[in-house]
Formats: sequence, C-alpha cells, structure tokens
Amino acid sequence: MIRGFLFHIGRYTLLLRQVFKKPEKQSIYIRKILVEMDNLGLDSVGIVAFISTFMGAVLCIQMAFNIDTPFIPLYTIGFVTRQSVVLEFSPTIISLILAGKVGSRVASELGTMRVTEQIDAIEIIGINPATYLIFPKIVACVLINPILIILSMIMAILGGWLAGIFTGLVPTSEYVFGIKAFFDSYDIFYALVKTVVNAFLIVSISGYHGFYTQGGALEVGASSTKGVVHSSIAIIVFNLILTQLLLA
Amino acid sequence: MIEALNISKAFGEHLVLNDVSFRFETGKCNLIIGQSGSGKTVLMKCLVGLFEIDSGNVMYDERVFSRMSFDEMKVIRQELGMLFQGGALFDSMTVEENIVFPLSMFTSQSSEQKRDRANFCLSRVNLENVNKLYPSELSGGMKKRVAIARAIAMNPKYLFCDEPNSGLDPLTAIVIDNLISEITQEYNITTVINTHDMNSVIEIGDKIAYIHKGKLWWDGNKDSILHSDNPELNDFVFATELTRKLKQI
Repeated sequence: MIRGFLFHIGRYTLLLRQVFKKPEKQSIYIRKILVEMDNLGLDSVGIVAFISTFMGAVLCIQMAFNIDTPFIPLYTIGFVTRQSVVLEFSPTIISLILAGKVGSRVASELGTMRVTEQIDAIEIIGINPATYLIFPKIVACVLINPILIILSMIMAILGGWLAGIFTGLVPTSEYVFGIKAFFDSYDIFYALVKTVVNAFLIVSISGYHGFYTQGGALEVGASSTKGVVHSSIAIIVFNLILTQLLLA
Repeated sequence: MIEALNISKAFGEHLVLNDVSFRFETGKCNLIIGQSGSGKTVLMKCLVGLFEIDSGNVMYDERVFSRMSFDEMKVIRQELGMLFQGGALFDSMTVEENIVFPLSMFTSQSSEQKRDRANFCLSRVNLENVNKLYPSELSGGMKKRVAIARAIAMNPKYLFCDEPNSGLDPLTAIVIDNLISEITQEYNITTVINTHDMNSVIEIGDKIAYIHKGKLWWDGNKDSILHSDNPELNDFVFATELTRKLKQI
C-alpha cells in the first residue's frame, strides 16, 4: 500500500513537471484558459449560489437557537454566521462540492480522451499533452474559484439575513451589525489562499487520474471516482495544514 | 526511411517484442501483420515513441529517435502523421478544427490559409461539406478519412496507420487502403500500416513484416506472401476457408 502511494506521488510529481513546461503557442493557451473558465467556473455559479444561500440560512437559524439567552447579544448571530462562512464553509465546503463537480468532469474528460487515443494523437502531433490539457484547467480554476468563493460568501451571508428576517429570529439591524463586527481582512486572505490551493488540488489530482486512465468505460468511471475522492481527501488534509500555518 | 534495430520491449515479466529489426522504406506501404496479441501495436507505438523501448534503436532517416528527449522528439513528430484505430478525432472540435489543429499549433498561417489547407486535405480524401460537423456526426469511414486528412495536414514525411480498416465494410476498407497507397506514392511518404486484414495485405503490401510471438517471423511483399513455406505465416494468411480454396486454385 505504501509502495503504491509513493508510486502515485512520484508519478503525480512528474506529471506536474510536464504540466508546467513552456506552452507551445501562448495565444492558443490563453483562448483555452478562457474556455475552461467558462466550462469549469461559470457553469458552477448556479450550484454554488444555491447551496451557499441555504447553508447561510441554516447557519443563521442554528446560531439563533443555540444562543437563546439574554447574556449573548443578538448581533452574535450575524458575527458567527460571517465567521463560519468566511473561514470554513465557503473555502472548504464549497471546494469539496466543486471537487465533485469539477473533479469528476476533468477526470472523465481526460480519461475518455486517453482511452479513445486522443491524448496519444496530441502527443504524436508534437504537443505536450499534459501542458495542453491540464495547464489551462489549473489556471482557469485558480483564477475563477476565488470569484466563486467570494460569491458563495455573499450569498451565504445574504441567505442568513433572509432566514433571520423571515423567521423573526434576528432583526436586520442586529444581523448587519454582527456582519460588520470585529472584521479582519486577514480572514478573507486566509480564505482565498485556501481556495487557490484547493482549486489546484482539485484539477491536478483529478487530471492525474484522468490522464493515466487505462482500459475502457469502466475505468473512466473509476478514474472519475478516484479523482473526486482523492482530491477531497487532499482538500481536507491541506485545510488542516493551511489553518495551522495561517491562523496559528 | 525508418529503421527498427533490435527492438525489445517488455511489460513487467512479459516480453512483448524480442529483438525485432526491420527497415520501413520510403514511398512504400510497409505493413506490419500478425495475430491479435502478437506485438504489432506495441511495435508501432515503439516506433512513434508512445512506448519507450527497453533495448535497440529506432532511426528516422539516420536520426536516432529512440534516444531523443521529449523536446527533441517534437521536431520529428511534426514530420509525422498518424491514423489511429478509432480515428482519435478530438470530440470537442469540428472536422475543420481537427484538421487545422496542428497547423494552428506549429505554423503562423492565417485563418484563410488554414481553411484552404483543410479544404484541400478533405478533398484529397474525397470528403466535402463536412467542415462544420463534429466527429459524433460522422460515419466510421468518414471518421477514418478525416483522420487521414488531419494526418496529412502538415505534409508528413512519415505516416503511421493503426488498423485503418477495422470496423469498416469491405468496400470502404478498399477505398481507405487505396487512399493511403495513393498518398504514399504521391508525396513519397514512408508509410507504416498495422493490420490483420488480408485484403489490405494483397492490395497494398509493398513490404510486409509478419510478427509472431513478439519476433519478426517472416518478411517479404504481397507477391511472396502467398508462396511462403513458413507454416505459422501460412496459418495466418490462409486462416479462412475462402483463402484456403483460393490457394488450391
């Protein structure tokens, strides 16, 4: 098992070396990055907004029920909702959701290209397939995911506010005060660093599994699953490491 | 001219190619034939550098291809076209985009020039008005023709075809065979074809290598193959009732 793990780490590292080689023609790559930003990022706006709004609402309601005491001010609901959303929910949980959506897409796309010899065809033409196929996806996700995560933060805070109003648990003035209270811009920096690292992990790990797919349709499915599972595990592990490094 | 010199290739303990040497000549259709699992696809992938060989050398006109780095190989690969068994057309691109893809990557041609080249290549494979179609909208024979058009887009010096007739009806298969043969002679290309289709062997086999159990078992041409006394080759060539009857005639 350890041998297998080390084999994959070694091959993943070698693949990354290939991915970051100089692109053949930069204008083509810029166009590809824009296309991937559309495919991998803009396509996810709907699901990110939907999940974030509802999670923000749930966070707000849960907080309201848990601090049902006159000793804790009501604005705490807004404050805790914001902190939960900014520090953990948006950068980590939404990244895990994107690992499922984007990761499976990347792994199955590359896996299908591998088993139908399209990757071989790219290599035969004289193009580095790792750079051509994976590099634009990594750049696209690293650029677009922070925007998605900021959107997620906004939607979650908005969801919490709506929940507070409709349930009557927290008035707007208290919620907004809580949202603004003790704000430290370093929290946003911390969240965006995690987001960028997570975006890199999602695409590179899923891309690795897709790129080295062998066999047919069954193996493409297996690669897709491995891509999602392994990138999710990596996100959780790096979440701990980054939290220790950036907040401790 | 491409030369395979004492090529050996193993996957783990399993030796797939054992000391294979063969010269693929320019302006001819060089066929690699053999049963499924004999090692002919591995040999072709070793020739184009998709598999790294364990020992031996692959020479492209005196250039030692098998010892080159990936970046050095790129230069030769731009002189090389390949037709894959399933076509390997890029699903996300139209027919025209598939054909101009290598031109876009390696030349500074204008869109107009690339379109002209795509139209020329498509007309060369007898296809018209398919520029805007996607691979999923094409028949098997059309996919092969588009793949040939893409392979010749960069005016290759070397053309590799992996089972060009697989999945095609006999009439379309002959059209594809003749097309490859015509292109080979017209542009004086070194063409290497991997097949187990006996019709192709008889139709276009200028030079033939028979691979059996990972070794070069026999070599010759389309005339000598029918009169060989090699028992394994005869088992392969005259495997069907029809060919056995023809031999008796």
